[in-house]
Formats: sequence, C-alpha cells, structure tokens
Amino acid sequence: MPQKKKTTAVVRSQTRLTEGIYDMWLDTDLACDARPGQFIGVYPLDQSTLLPRPISICEVNEEKTALRLVYRVVGAGTAEFSAWQAGENVQVLGVLGNGYPLEAGKGRCVALLGGGIGVPPLLETAKALPQVHTFLGYRNADTFLKEDFARYSTLHIATEDGSKGTKGNVLDALRESGLKPDVIMACGPMPMLRAIKQYAEREGVEAYISLEERMACGVGACLGCVVKTKDIDAHSHVRNARICTDGPVFNAKEVDI
Amino acid sequence: MNTSVTIAGVTFKNPVMTASGTFGSGMEYGEFVDLNRLGAVVTKGVANVPWPGNPTPRVAETYGGMLNAIGLQNPGIDVFIERDILFLKQYDTKIIVNVCGKTVEDYCEVVDKLANQPVDMLEINVSCPNVKEGAIAFGQRADALFAITQEIKKHAAQPVIMKLSPNVTDITEMAKAAEAAGADAISLINTITGMKIDVNRRKFVLANKTGGLSGPAIKPVAVRMVYQAAQAVKIPIIGMGGIATAEDALEFILAGATAVSVGAMNFVNPYTTVEVVDGIEEYMRRCQVEDIRELIGAVE
Repeated sequence: MPQKKKTTAVVRSQTRLTEGIYDMWLDTDLACDARPGQFIGVYPLDQSTLLPRPISICEVNEEKTALRLVYRVVGAGTAEFSAWQAGENVQVLGVLGNGYPLEAGKGRCVALLGGGIGVPPLLETAKALPQVHTFLGYRNADTFLKEDFARYSTLHIATEDGSKGTKGNVLDALRESGLKPDVIMACGPMPMLRAIKQYAEREGVEAYISLEERMACGVGACLGCVVKTKDIDAHSHVRNARICTDGPVFNAKEVDI
Repeated sequence: MNTSVTIAGVTFKNPVMTASGTFGSGMEYGEFVDLNRLGAVVTKGVANVPWPGNPTPRVAETYGGMLNAIGLQNPGIDVFIERDILFLKQYDTKIIVNVCGKTVEDYCEVVDKLANQPVDMLEINVSCPNVKEGAIAFGQRADALFAITQEIKKHAAQPVIMKLSPNVTDITEMAKAAEAAGADAISLINTITGMKIDVNRRKFVLANKTGGLSGPAIKPVAVRMVYQAAQAVKIPIIGMGGIATAEDALEFILAGATAVSVGAMNFVNPYTTVEVVDGIEEYMRRCQVEDIRELIGAVE
C-alpha cells in the first residue's frame, strides 16, 4: 500500500456539468497511486471549515499526474470547491480507501451500476475493465458523464422521469437489458445499494458496493464512519467496519445496510 | 535546551501527547508522523469488554470545530493488550492508556488487567459526554469523582490521570476532588457537549442528538479551565482543547499545563503533533528558553 499523505494540489480546470454538479481536475502526485473506487480528502481553504471532504476519484489521467473529481455541491465546503479556478493551490489527503476489486471482474461479465452522484467513481473502473456494461441512473435528462461512459463501456441509461433510456432505476435498466452479470460494482444512494444487495443475493451475483458516511479523519482513526458488518471484523471486534479504510467498497453480503 | 517534562515520576521527552480518541493507538497516524517523536501516545478509551459505540452519523462539522458522538467504540481490553500495546511497545514514546467504563467495577477490571503491562500511565475517562450510563456522571459530581478516583488508585499499578469534563459549573471543585482522592495528575478538557440541527431536514445531524464539541473553537474555554485548575491544585495538568499549532500548545503551558495533547486537529492535519513539537523547540530557541519547565504556569 502506498503511503498516505497530505499534500498540495493545483487546480487544473473546473467546469460545471449541470445544476450543482462540478468537474474539477487537480494536478497532484497522489494520482500515481490512485486506483478505481478510491477517494481523496479535499480541504476547504476557509479555515472555519476544517475537515477534509471525502470526494471519490472519477478519473486518473494517462500520465498519472492528475485526478478528476466530479462532485455535487452539498454544503459550504463543496460550494467553495466549485468556485476554485485553474491555478489555485489546495490541500488534499490521500489516496484513501480501497477501490473496486478489479481482479474479481477479470474474464467475467461485469455490470457497473451508478446512481446520481454515485456515477462518477465508476468511470475509472469502466476504463479498467474491458467489455464492461454500465447502467447509469439519473433523475431526469441531465445525464452527466454519459459520453465518457459511452467511450469505455456498453452504456445503458435509466431516468426516474423516463426522459431518457429506461423509465425507472438502474436495476430496471439491468432487467430490461437481459444481461446476467457475474459481478456487479455499484455506487449510489443507500436505497439503490440496498436494492442491489437484495438483487445480488436473490440472483446469486457477486456485488461490490461503495458506501458513504460522514467522515472526520478519513484514515481510520476516529471511528466516525462505520457500517455494521455481518461478521466480527478484525479491527473493531464489534461488527463495525470503517468505511474510510476497510471500504468504501464492500462485498454487499458482508455489510448490514 | 531541555524539552522533557516529568509527571508523577514518568519523564516524557517533550510535552506533546495525543488526545484520547483522536489518534487510535497510533497505527493510523504512524503513516504520517514518526511516533518516536511524541512525548506520549494516549490511546483511545478501552473498556473491560468490547463496546459497539453509537449509531451513525457520529460526526458533524461545526464552525471552527466538530462534534462527535462515537460512543467509545472499542475492542475491549483483551484485544487491546494483545494488539495495541504490542504495537506501541515498538516505539520510543510513553504509553498512556485511556480507560473507560460504565461502573466503578468496569474501570477497575481494566486497570487490574493493565497492572503488569508495559504501560506508563493510565488516564481515566470520567468525562465522555456520549455514553449514557456512568462515565460522565462520575465526572460531573465532585463526590462521585472523589470516590471513583480513590477506588481506581487502590487498583492501579501505574500513575493515574483523571480526565475532567468541562461540562461543570466549577472546574476547580472537580480538580480539587481528584487531587484529594489521590490522582497523580489531571487532564482537561474533554469535549463540550453540543448539538447541531439540519434545518432543511429538521433533524438532528448526529444520531445521538448531542455530541462532544472539539477543535479550535473550544480552545479559549480550555485555556481558561486549565488556568483555573492550575491555580487550584498542585498535581500536574495535561492541557488540551483545540491545539493546532505550537503557539496554541504554549498558551496551555503558560496557563499551567505541564504537558499538552493534540486532539481533533489530528483529523485536519495529520502532521500536527510533530509540527507542535518542532514549533515549541523553535519558540524556545527564539525566546532563549533553556528549559521548557520555565514556561509552565509562567503567564503574568
């Protein structure tokens, strides 16, 4: 495992993808160790907000010198991030967490399922897996990152309002496609992840889901971001895995969500 | 130049420690800082049996600080001895184990099990605001604090630090009760009970509703309480509450603390502890202070 560090990154670019969703590239040496499904902590410059914001890695450039973050503005910290312009020096902590188990997808039919702001972390995963199918769920026709995914995967879209693709959610789109994946890798809101966990158990499919929770340290010390696990885990001994370090990606059957 | 300080016969290479619960047992931060450079590692609280802690969300950010309601999740003393103490033993730093419990018997069971362990001091957590039973009740009434301190002293093989709660009317009464009962030192402050409400959802942000406030926002309260306690008792004080820089640490020392702990700022800047060690040395060089002990309580 590469050593984690807090370091300075430089904003390379920032664009608004759609209402409340931003796309930022950061030049940072953290990129050389980043793997699909991992995240970094990004610090607001405003010192009244101190904690690093956990933001998933959307993409790593080919030279492994920059990270792409596609994030939603949800509070004061991310609102500040969205105002950063190219050239801004910012503080980042990383690389954090374990990514998706790419080896579990080797030579097997893999479906990536992303919902809402759970879509971005799957892009680097799609790049890493050949012949992968991606199912992206959106609220409406604001299908951000669609073109990026179309480049690296067979793309299926679901929208809640039916304005594009399958009307419904990602599981509706998966059923409609007739695809029977061996492995699912997913990220999205909790109700979606719960439904995927149930689907995977019913269909006997291996599913890896990426969880989120309010975090403080991001490195496994504060025990803020825990999830109940099926079995006693080696660290907590009380069935509380740390999402930041034991996750954020878990085998769905190992967590109680 | 001397940076070492002595508390109850234990000598620390420098006065910089980690506040319990913000540093695990050092494993996670060993990636960022050389643990050998710290005066002591104060571990996360450990009980006689594993505690699952509170439901999530357990943490929330607040202006210049944060709230936590972890609920003292810990793997229990048996695992702790085999894993955490074994890990810390590899380093040239002092080991202070923070002990938590729900009853006096719980505390004493942990203290007994630590008696033959390579642990330098015990810190007794009677001030966690996030655990319903026991715990803070011992830390908010002087007579209860006196009684538990006296009982723990009967069992303890190592010097005992009583960690005080700021959620009291008069910190000096609590400090005096701990001293009178035989505590070797006191540490303060633990977190200040707080609350945050999400106005859009009209719900409490923390599952536990209330949590402990920490971070730079609480530092002036902490410095004031350390000063008051230092005026009231003769036993050494370990000061903490929002320390982010060497200057912050020096405020506590000048107010009367013999040593200091870095807490929530570990989460913000994982290098804080070592930066504080370096910064204190630099201050001493700049101000021609030969011995750190000259600074303890030296505020005028």
